[in-house]
Amino acid sequence: MPGTLRIAYKLLVNDRAKFAALLVGITFAVFLMIEMTSLFAGILSRSSSTVINIGASMWVMDPAVQTVANTIPLPDYVLDEVRSIPGVKYAVPLYSGGALLKLRDGTYQAANVVGLDDTSLFGRPQVISGNIQDLFAENAFIAIKDAEFYKLHDPKIGSDFELNDHRGVIVGIARVASSALFGVPTLYTTYSRALQYIPSTRFTISYLLVEPKSTADVAPIKQRVTAAGYLALTREEFVQKISDFYMYQTGIGTNMMLMTVISFIVGLSISGQTFYTFILENSDKFGALKAIGAKGRELISMILFQATFVALTGYGLGVGLCAFLIWMARWRLPDYAAMITFRNLGTAFVMVVVIAAISSYVGVRKVLRIEPFDIFRG
Amino acid sequence: MAQTAIRATAINKWFGEGQARTHAVKDVSFEANFGEMLYVVGPSGSGKTTMLSMISGILRPNSGTVKIADADIWSLSSDDLAEFRLHKIGFVFQDYHLFPRLTTAENVALPLILQHKDWDAALVEAGRNLEIVGLQNRAQLVPVKLSGGEQQRVAIARAIVSRPDILIFDEPTASLDGDTGRNIVSFVHKEILNERRCIVIVTHDSRIYEFADRIMRMEDGRIFSVERSQLDA
Repeated sequence: MPGTLRIAYKLLVNDRAKFAALLVGITFAVFLMIEMTSLFAGILSRSSSTVINIGASMWVMDPAVQTVANTIPLPDYVLDEVRSIPGVKYAVPLYSGGALLKLRDGTYQAANVVGLDDTSLFGRPQVISGNIQDLFAENAFIAIKDAEFYKLHDPKIGSDFELNDHRGVIVGIARVASSALFGVPTLYTTYSRALQYIPSTRFTISYLLVEPKSTADVAPIKQRVTAAGYLALTREEFVQKISDFYMYQTGIGTNMMLMTVISFIVGLSISGQTFYTFILENSDKFGALKAIGAKGRELISMILFQATFVALTGYGLGVGLCAFLIWMARWRLPDYAAMITFRNLGTAFVMVVVIAAISSYVGVRKVLRIEPFDIFRG
Repeated sequence: MAQTAIRATAINKWFGEGQARTHAVKDVSFEANFGEMLYVVGPSGSGKTTMLSMISGILRPNSGTVKIADADIWSLSSDDLAEFRLHKIGFVFQDYHLFPRLTTAENVALPLILQHKDWDAALVEAGRNLEIVGLQNRAQLVPVKLSGGEQQRVAIARAIVSRPDILIFDEPTASLDGDTGRNIVSFVHKEILNERRCIVIVTHDSRIYEFADRIMRMEDGRIFSVERSQLDA
């Protein structure tokens, strides 16, 4: 490390009170920024859990659908229409809807019921106890072991319940990639049983799950479905559509963005103010260095180094603190929805770089304005 | 005959414009030689500090030239001038301006570090210079742990560590008691001044006049008189 940067490092860390204040400011700002964006990412991820868990390449739906939970049933002929499109390898119906279960002890529990195509069971979850074939048995349901599983009173194979005066029996326990957003347990059954057990409207298909023959067939399929008055989206497009809904058409996105901006301003205020005070208190020393023969660019590099060092250290501490607290929260609350993504980390990093840039700009301006002559004048 | 270290020719400096213009230094010309300790004395506002800043390459004169060992310092670019100061001029400031968060040795090593010398080698050299000023056992202390006289010695060690030709002292005894100030200047005269070095001291303190080779009195921005000191007499 060049000697001037080593001097800068010592000037910074040896002033323990200011160094601590700078680190606390940046760490707190990074923690808040990542926590806010991680919460939002967790919510967005869970809002698309059904899409992720079913795993179909393409989804056909009513154009008015905004989230996967907000289903608008499709008439049966749409299934035939889609199956007749040349690029479609196969298409199956999916039922997704809410139900009210009466558990063995007489309590009621809302649940999400997913009805899989009777023939193929396409979109089936990964069974960890029992056998997927048992789903074809009488009254059979598979319970998903996620964060909400306990709300079904931790059922085992053979546990039963009532659904709309029908008996339901747990024949297997399964797991999925992502828990649902709304805090209700999920049951899987066959499409026909779901229709049989749950009161339904005239049209019954929630979504059509489509597998194109090749990726080149995606666009023609979308065109044909659009021509029929419906909407076909790839899995990624559907996830994005759901994210866009929560981000732009609810208050969640705006609130999270506001909190992130406030975190940024708090971090900027604390670190900018502290850094400026640090420079101000050392201005005569920087002036003395100038008089001795330090060049402007050397002083600038010292200040930039100090700002960068504080920013990166604070960033690391902030990320670590956030990860630790999310881990702690998940330990106590398994369904805690927060997810640190590379995008969150990148966003926080950019904001920290901006904080460091603005803080150091203020410092650099001050130092460059110092006249060594003022040192002589006292 | 002594070689000329500093030659200032008709230097002028004014601040402000119009009616607010203050002519701080007026047509000042003088020479200072190697091996000489030149005092600049005079009342406050007489232009001593302004003149000192101009001859040390810190404040550009409005007119006139300053030559140090035949180099016209104000014809240099700002980077070259900074480099010139770094290698040729040592400063001892009135308030020392030591970095409170660095050790004494690191403070002394600063000019060498700015010269991009190796860190460890710079600290070794700083230690040698602390030995010269009698503070070798204070190398790892921070300046606030030192007395005023010791801090002044650290500032002197910092000023001489890069073996500069010119040493500039600004009010070196202003923050010290009488005895300490006198001891410091006596030390500088005995140990630091040599035939390859010129020392210019701005001071109000008549108790240290005895160590001067010449005393240049300034009043109202002009040189009022130049006297040989009592040592020569």
